[in-house]
Amino acid sequence: MATFWFIIDVVFWVGFFILEGFDFGVGTLHSVVGKTEVERRVAVNTIGPFWDGNEVWLIVAGAVIFAAFPLWYATMFSTFYLALVVVLMALMVRGVSFEFRSKRIDPRWVSTWRWSLTVGSALLPLLVGVALGDLLHGLPIDQSHQFTGNFLTLLQPYGLWTGVTLLSLTLLSGATFLAIKTTGVVHDRASTLAPALGWVSTALVIGFVIWTHLAASRGAVPSLIDGVVVLAVVGAAWSSGIGAQGWAFASACAAAGFTVMLIFVNLYPHVMVSTTNAAYSLTVHNTASPPYTLKVMTVVAVIFTPFVLAYQTWNFWVFRSRLASPPVSSETTPKAASGA
Amino acid sequence: MRTDLARWQFATTSIYHFFFVPITIGLSFLVALLQTMWHRSGDHTYRRLTRFFGTLLLINVAVGVVTGLVQEFEFGMNWSAYSAYVGNIFGGPLAMEGLLAFFLESTFLGVWLFGWDRLPRRVHLACIWLVAAATMISAAFIMAANSWMQHPVGYVMNAATHQPQLDDIWALFTNPVFLWGYVHVVLASLVTGAIIMLAVSAWHLRRKDSVDAFRRTATASIVVLIPTMVLTLFVGSELGVVEATYQPMKIAAAEAQWNTCTSCSFSAFQIGGGNNDQTPSKIIEIPSLLSILATNSLHGEVVGLNQLQAQDVAKYGPGNYVPNVFIQYWSMRVMAYFAVLVLVLALWGGWLVHREKLEHSRWFLACAIWAVILPFVLNTAGWMLTENGRQPWIVQGLMKTADGISPSVSTTEIWISLVAFVLVYVALGVADGYLMVRYGRRELSDGTGHAEPPGDASAEEADDLALVY
Repeated sequence: MATFWFIIDVVFWVGFFILEGFDFGVGTLHSVVGKTEVERRVAVNTIGPFWDGNEVWLIVAGAVIFAAFPLWYATMFSTFYLALVVVLMALMVRGVSFEFRSKRIDPRWVSTWRWSLTVGSALLPLLVGVALGDLLHGLPIDQSHQFTGNFLTLLQPYGLWTGVTLLSLTLLSGATFLAIKTTGVVHDRASTLAPALGWVSTALVIGFVIWTHLAASRGAVPSLIDGVVVLAVVGAAWSSGIGAQGWAFASACAAAGFTVMLIFVNLYPHVMVSTTNAAYSLTVHNTASPPYTLKVMTVVAVIFTPFVLAYQTWNFWVFRSRLASPPVSSETTPKAASGA
Repeated sequence: MRTDLARWQFATTSIYHFFFVPITIGLSFLVALLQTMWHRSGDHTYRRLTRFFGTLLLINVAVGVVTGLVQEFEFGMNWSAYSAYVGNIFGGPLAMEGLLAFFLESTFLGVWLFGWDRLPRRVHLACIWLVAAATMISAAFIMAANSWMQHPVGYVMNAATHQPQLDDIWALFTNPVFLWGYVHVVLASLVTGAIIMLAVSAWHLRRKDSVDAFRRTATASIVVLIPTMVLTLFVGSELGVVEATYQPMKIAAAEAQWNTCTSCSFSAFQIGGGNNDQTPSKIIEIPSLLSILATNSLHGEVVGLNQLQAQDVAKYGPGNYVPNVFIQYWSMRVMAYFAVLVLVLALWGGWLVHREKLEHSRWFLACAIWAVILPFVLNTAGWMLTENGRQPWIVQGLMKTADGISPSVSTTEIWISLVAFVLVYVALGVADGYLMVRYGRRELSDGTGHAEPPGDASAEEADDLALVY
């Protein structure tokens, strides 16, 4: 039962990195693919109807840990204290910037929310990636499940590599998403960026897969999922290079999802490894809620998850069309308006 | 020190979060109502009003959602001992809230915002009703979790781990504190939404701007406000009786009743009477009213704080079990007195509507504009009463607040996070307040996207899907 809930939680983490992955990427890249305010707005609006629903995957991934593995939740969230403060600030300024950015024509106002969206969207996959890497690499955790290190302890090389890898993958899926959702210059710039990001991601992912093998001491023989991860990212880089944009986006999403899955597959049955003493590690079994709680949660999840998947899919279907840049007449750039 | 700081942080972030939550719940319901009127009457004015108040709703949802994230994370960050101890019970409703409410709310809000003129009208209308329903479902789960802290039910103590363990999930949702508290919160949110709609409409009516349109929203908000305010007062009073049963300290402290009494008089205004002062100067007293409020009977007995303290020491061991009496006494009164003020305003408005001279009474319109402050005072006072009154417990009778904090988090770390959150919250508050005033005062557009104020990049009315945000 505890293992079942571990799988459910992994599903939410994977879903989060696939879905919010591309909108993080678009958020970071919107300043790169858009040179004028209208182009930037087009880029932002490609994720307009989706980003908020995508973010709930992260909230639920966290809440599932709270309900199903309270001891894991307690140790993890207090361990990453300062990092989570930064994560929360990034989530906040990024979250409001969508709604606020075009509510006022003033160059400073617009550029404030432009930067909060860009920086927030880049920091989030990086920091969450570092945290996930830390879970697997291990942290100094004592007998009573308390973290004994400090903020710098969290920034160990494997964690950082994981963070950078996930950041790069979100940029890749963001660029490929922009390529299938836009036309004109935004589309062209995104299509040019995608293969470059693809090959950078490939290098990072290969390094990540090897390092993960070492970190989890799994020996030299690659597992099936290692192969799938590398295949997906190479596929994304290659298909974006030949202009198969739909395939590129699908492979980029798969690469992001399988990378996250790889972390958890290697982590199981642990949920947080202790470097102090292997016996102090948190596992699926020593942190799980009692069976009754898990049973209740199972009933709720089995009934309601299909609905969530159905209406989120419907959302993507409704807004499946490409966004064309609007005609020049409705252009409202800050520059033009500040003269008025 | 660490506990105090962590409490300050939780109080600051949750009070701030709850500025936006009731606006979201109340306004989404009212916007759904406006859109329904458009749908049924075909009158274009209702469509313009829907979009106008929809924009105000969206600005608030943005801040409400992101400040809610902090609440969700804070349990594990600052209160890890608490989370580990009761997570198997308390975490359940939170996870259900995410799965049942957050997905629904955020997905359909996105579809609604981007779906104007793209979805069939019925489907589009259904979207805003789903958003309104989701906000109320969300409130139900978080109130069930909070009520469990006030009156823990549905658990057994595990003999081996000495930990409470969930054994009846239904008990959480039939908890009397939850039932009364939830209804009270939803009603208070409707009051908040209605007052905001009334205040914005009054501002425009005073300027004779789109009188025909804003008379409708002013009237609609008064029609919603009168019954909801009456019900909020009634349900709040009943909630007090329920809480007096399970948390007698909370209610005794709210009355600053130090010693047991029968036919107790109600202190309407007093000077002094904090935790170090058991003999305040009572300025206004109403005979027997306290007994009626607390027990629904004229001669009912109300047990005093000193007697309750002695009982708790006998039950739980040495310690101070009396919450901050000054905060309790005044948050109760601020809430009750201002609520009556809102009711008076609403009845005044109702009378003016009846006489068909709402838009001509400049006095009423001026009062209605300034009344926009009241719901925030009321809501904050209500939560101070509830949460401060639970102290020193984090879960009534099960775990003390001081035992719930994270052992591994240092004072410095809490300082850093407290300062960081306050800075971001001030910035967001300024930006949100600015936009609310700006968009609240904006002229009502003709709904075609061509009547924005000069230089306004508002995209709510944009025809183009690429320019919504």
